[in-house]
Amino acid sequence: MEQAPRDPERQLQPAPLEPLGHPDAGLQSAVGEEAEGARDESPGEGTMTENNFWLKKIEISVSEAEKRTGRNAMNMQETYTAYLIETRSVEHTDGQSVLTDSLWRRYSEFELLRNYLLVYYPHIVVPPLPEKRAEFVWHKLSADNMDPDFVERRRIGLENFLLRVASHPILCRDKIFYLFLTQEGNWKETVNETGFQLKADSRLKALNATFRVKNPDKRFTELKHYSDELQSVISHLLRVRARVADRLYGVYKVHGNYGRVFSEWSAIEKEMGDGLQSAGHHMDVYASSIDDILEDEEHYADQLKEYLFYAEALRAVCRKHELMQYDLEMAAQDLASKKQQCEELATGTVRTFSLKGMTTKLFGQETPEQREARIKVLEEQINEGEQQLKSKNLEGREFVKNAWADIERFKEQKNHDLKEALISYAVMQISMCKKGIQVWTNAKECFSKM
Amino acid sequence: MEGDRLASQARSSGLPAGGATGESPGVDAPLLGGSGSSALLQAEVLDLDEDEDDLEVFSKDASLMDMNSFSPMMPTSPLSMINQVKFEDEPDLKDLFITVDEPESHVTTIETFITYRIITKTSRGEFDSSEFEVRRRYQDFLWLKGKLEEAHPTLIIPPLPEKFIVKGMVERFNDDFIETRRKALQKFLNRIADHPTLTFNEDFKVFLTAQAWELSSHKKQGPGLLSRMGQTVRAVALSMRGVKSRPEEFMEMNNFIEIFSHKINLIDKISQRIYKEEREYSDEMREYGPIHILWSASEEDLVDTLKGVASCIDKCCKATEKRMSGLSEALLPVVHEYVLYSEMLMGVMKRRDQIQAELDSKVEALTYKKVDTDLLTEEIGKLEDKVECANNALKADWERWKHNMQNDIKSAFTDMAEENIHYYEQCLATWESFLASQTDLHMEETSEDKPESH
Repeated sequence: MEQAPRDPERQLQPAPLEPLGHPDAGLQSAVGEEAEGARDESPGEGTMTENNFWLKKIEISVSEAEKRTGRNAMNMQETYTAYLIETRSVEHTDGQSVLTDSLWRRYSEFELLRNYLLVYYPHIVVPPLPEKRAEFVWHKLSADNMDPDFVERRRIGLENFLLRVASHPILCRDKIFYLFLTQEGNWKETVNETGFQLKADSRLKALNATFRVKNPDKRFTELKHYSDELQSVISHLLRVRARVADRLYGVYKVHGNYGRVFSEWSAIEKEMGDGLQSAGHHMDVYASSIDDILEDEEHYADQLKEYLFYAEALRAVCRKHELMQYDLEMAAQDLASKKQQCEELATGTVRTFSLKGMTTKLFGQETPEQREARIKVLEEQINEGEQQLKSKNLEGREFVKNAWADIERFKEQKNHDLKEALISYAVMQISMCKKGIQVWTNAKECFSKM
Repeated sequence: MEGDRLASQARSSGLPAGGATGESPGVDAPLLGGSGSSALLQAEVLDLDEDEDDLEVFSKDASLMDMNSFSPMMPTSPLSMINQVKFEDEPDLKDLFITVDEPESHVTTIETFITYRIITKTSRGEFDSSEFEVRRRYQDFLWLKGKLEEAHPTLIIPPLPEKFIVKGMVERFNDDFIETRRKALQKFLNRIADHPTLTFNEDFKVFLTAQAWELSSHKKQGPGLLSRMGQTVRAVALSMRGVKSRPEEFMEMNNFIEIFSHKINLIDKISQRIYKEEREYSDEMREYGPIHILWSASEEDLVDTLKGVASCIDKCCKATEKRMSGLSEALLPVVHEYVLYSEMLMGVMKRRDQIQAELDSKVEALTYKKVDTDLLTEEIGKLEDKVECANNALKADWERWKHNMQNDIKSAFTDMAEENIHYYEQCLATWESFLASQTDLHMEETSEDKPESH
């Protein structure tokens, strides 16, 4: 199992690890891997049972959604949806599951969790959340966040997010994640106490790095291109799919009008009446069948959307690499310039312009003591710098190694999931065709009996 | 007045086989010429002795023969009509075949118009030859329709396609428009040919056979424009009257026509709308497929799957196009023809009412007038005959029309259902074969899996 890189300076490990007893509560999900035996961390007193407990399989579900009203930070009334998260442990022996935890969370708390994970696991492709607002909507779908269908799809998306995190070999061990599932009250404060927001790289810094980095790892550059392409093509696909859905809806629904008119017409027809009437009924069935069909397709669209958002997560990892690389390059540059300064001071030659040099020239030379002092300072700085450069280099290499491992894991997951999604799309089409054949065969029979 | 030359309804007028093509079995030679006499009738019975089938037909309708008077205005009961039309189609009885094709544009200094080539093939004796080829323009068709309506005011004359397109099209000379019109014109002529009475109309014969200049001079005969206008004015005034004293069965008929007209118009709109939606769906699908190909360019491991999906979508798109063309050939023209028919029917009702009103007004006059009573009584006698004739003609034709309508509608919608079934079957096959190929691949992959991958 992989470990998050330990960086004493950056404290990539979540902070409240020690105070709360034992590190790395090994969470497993029903989807994920079996525990490779108990982690050999120091089991705190009274945590023995907990450790064993978490080694069993865990099932996580977001089982309900509820509308709530409350007061927000500005003491204004607001309506929001809360989601019930239930965690069950599955007994090995008889496969029965026991409810161990259940609490309510709202979307913003999920966001908080994810932002925390992004900061503490920058080398991981962090699973995305379902969209905040409904996009790629076709006309019948509501863009309203309170719409029950949207809420339902979001519930599924949130559950999917939790399952993805729980089945990730590294993320599943995170304490904050564990608390998210188990500690309802005070969780927000706990997360904020980690101070992760302060550790987050500023957007500006990252942007700067993107443009200025000279030697990023080629694989990351390629990965960035790939994620751009992925995002662009999936967006395009989802847009057109929404239009196709719209049109398909139209075709089906207009047929429903036949039902009404046939029924009215059948009233004046003696021989043809029955046939018309029953054919009309089948037209109604046909028209209403589109609702279920398109709802299923919406789930397919959600599966694609997840990977649309994953593209952003990939880009985040690439950005982190660029930032680290840039940092490294800057540190190297800084070191080089200090060394040069030192050399110049030692030998007395001025090759590069410096303000000190100028003032010295203008206001008279400094004393040998002063020069010595400066050289000493510089030498200290150079030493420090070399240490830093070494550790930055190491850090960088560790990052690349670990990130790339997760990217490979991600690639396999993506290929598997997308293939499954495309196949499920085919299955949906097949089901739609079968329904169509049945309805029209019935209608044809009615027509031929007229 | 007008000779309502109803052929003896002994021969089945036949059922139109599948509405859209206009290939309906026709009618036979009339048993009655201009004047019917029992002698003539019997002679013709003998003439057709050899043909077993014809005898069969005759014997079945012996009762009809007896019932009817041998005047040209032979009333037939609707019941007997129904009996006849239940006979099997006998295509070999059709002796007049008409096709309309080769639209050609003609430009003169005054106007531009289109003519259509009309080819008639016939075995009828009264035609000088067995094949005719003429060119006619829409105006000529309008003239023919007018003459038929004049000659048979209470028969259901087939409708002509519209003079102008209501909406959507800018030019008269758009290809689709011309093709649709050509088909409708062919239908129009064949429906006349299949009609037991109209098929023997003299103007119809002239229309099919006369050269251009012959037709022009023929057109100039007959009541002039002014007298026809005068008739129209009187007719409008009278028709209101006729409505009040309309017999029960015609009230029912009128009720049917009103409701039918409303419904068929709705169905026309619905069908056009479906076509439009399918068109737009097909357009979107055409864009949808290629996106998957685009995607496959950046996904090494998903190339097969993505290309497979793209290919399925393209095939379904083509299937949709096919469904659309089926709709536009089988359903839309039929429904639209009946929209026009419903307008014709309302006209026929009006004319019947007019004829009735003429009689009623004369009858009323008789009660008030003291002089010229003999003359009036004689006129009333003639009008009473006229009314009876008109009513009977309409009743018979109504049953025939209704029967045809039911068959045409049934046929058209059955075809539409068939098109849809075929469409879904094609799409199903496409996706199923894709799915099979994916699961096969998967089987291959898992069987090749080495232990390391887990």
